[in-house]
Amino acid sequence: MPITEIVFYAFSLVLIAAAVAVITVRNPIYSALFLVLAFFSSAAIWLLLEAEFLAIVLILVYVGAVMVLFLFVVMMLDINLAPMKEGFIRYLPVGIVVAVIMAAELLVVIWSKGRFDQHAFPLPPPHPAGYSNTKAVGELLFTNYLLAFEAAGVILLVAIIAAITLTHRKRAGVKRQNPSMQVRVQKDERMRLVKMESEPRQGN
Amino acid sequence: MPETWWDQMLYMITLLLKIAAVVVPLILAVAYYTYMERKVIGFMQVRRGPTRIGPLGLLQPFADTFKLLLKEIVLPANADKFLFLLAPVLALAPAFAAWVVIPFNDTMVIADIDAGLLYILAMSSVGVYGLIIAGWASNSKYAFLGALRSSAQMVSYEIAMGFALIGVLILSGTLNLREIVLAQQGGLLDWFWLPLLPLFVVFVISGLAETNRAPFDVAEGESEIVAGFHVEYSGAAFAVFFLAEYANMILISALTAILFAGGWLSPFEGLWFIGDTFLGQGSIFWFLAKTLFFMYLFLWWRATFPRYRYDQIMRLGWKVFVPITMVWVMVAAVFSVLGIVVRGS
Repeated sequence: MPITEIVFYAFSLVLIAAAVAVITVRNPIYSALFLVLAFFSSAAIWLLLEAEFLAIVLILVYVGAVMVLFLFVVMMLDINLAPMKEGFIRYLPVGIVVAVIMAAELLVVIWSKGRFDQHAFPLPPPHPAGYSNTKAVGELLFTNYLLAFEAAGVILLVAIIAAITLTHRKRAGVKRQNPSMQVRVQKDERMRLVKMESEPRQGN
Repeated sequence: MPETWWDQMLYMITLLLKIAAVVVPLILAVAYYTYMERKVIGFMQVRRGPTRIGPLGLLQPFADTFKLLLKEIVLPANADKFLFLLAPVLALAPAFAAWVVIPFNDTMVIADIDAGLLYILAMSSVGVYGLIIAGWASNSKYAFLGALRSSAQMVSYEIAMGFALIGVLILSGTLNLREIVLAQQGGLLDWFWLPLLPLFVVFVISGLAETNRAPFDVAEGESEIVAGFHVEYSGAAFAVFFLAEYANMILISALTAILFAGGWLSPFEGLWFIGDTFLGQGSIFWFLAKTLFFMYLFLWWRATFPRYRYDQIMRLGWKVFVPITMVWVMVAAVFSVLGIVVRGS
């Protein structure tokens, strides 16, 4: 067995185990951390496909940024497990419907012989030595898909501004510092030298 | 890709030996970096630093290490044991893993990958998990608040740092660290620190904030609060956190040397009176000397500057550094398009 296959099966095993653990583990912190592990293993599998740019960006964006914020939120919330179970029966029908649809979709893929299996999508041929994944993605993004790329950027910007305006509250009576004023302050604005006679000694 | 099973084994063994050849000197460097820190700060404050153990106190790092290793690791009540012990490892692993793409000279690099710079960014962003998990698993509100403080700081300064790197990418036209160095050929004035001076300053300061060092060490803040996320740690687990912090400092120094100070290239390249002698040629010694210089700056600043207040840290990161870097990225693009800075000359 070539080493690439060993690596592939090892990481797939970890990926599937971690993905299962995300939904079965009780503690939400653990399930977020298992999701991190799942992202990591899928990044490793992408590396095997020579998609190094996408693999590293997956780690950079999802592991490095998105999941950190996720963990922040999950840790800050005081999650109590008992009330969460109360809604179990109520949400069960919806859950079953979603689960059945997802299982059906998976089965369609598994049973459709010849359309989705290895023969339909063979391993791409290895790239020549000078090929740069990053350059190829960049050239496509800034030529063929420039409009879609810019539109995605604008949508993200709108989302950021919307989120900030929704959560930003102006409260009355908030005191703010102006650092440049603090730096420019002079001695005579803050200090007053007072001349006075020395007091005679008290008592004794 | 090697062919037979034996070739693959041989490949793996040489790879492991290469990794050991980087990691072992790195750990020794960390040990003596703590010694250097105490000596340098000692001299700056008219003290003598460690003098007792070994000649000139040279065995002090080993004494410290063994003291910490022999101490008990105290597990706080109701702490999540598994995550509590996993956190230091998660802090350490990325700090070491990033070294795999660092080129020591033209040929000495473990993995000469195309997206080397992105890889380093990814590894440094993964390092946050050590802090967050340590803070949460300690089951202590002080540790948790400390973790929030330091990870918010790291995430904020990563943005300025990323923008500073974009300037380097524009001028060098590659993500490969070896080729970035080669794009700076031509002596002291051709290195990227000159055309990217604002980005260079921002990168070094962000590196300081990324590693939670003075004057940005509110996470530790030894004169105001006891410690941040690692307040509950003791013994070897505590030592591992510090190993990670110092390894990260050395990494940032090495990165600054590579990205802005010409890596292994000689500053005297092309000067007629030095010519092709040892001083004029690029070698690993230049790289180590530059790295050592930036490592020294870390200590110098620690002895010089008072600690920032937390809101000042956030203001500096978001409202000062991010706009500066954004503007200078555009200036760098103009440099590149107009041919003011030409690659590799």
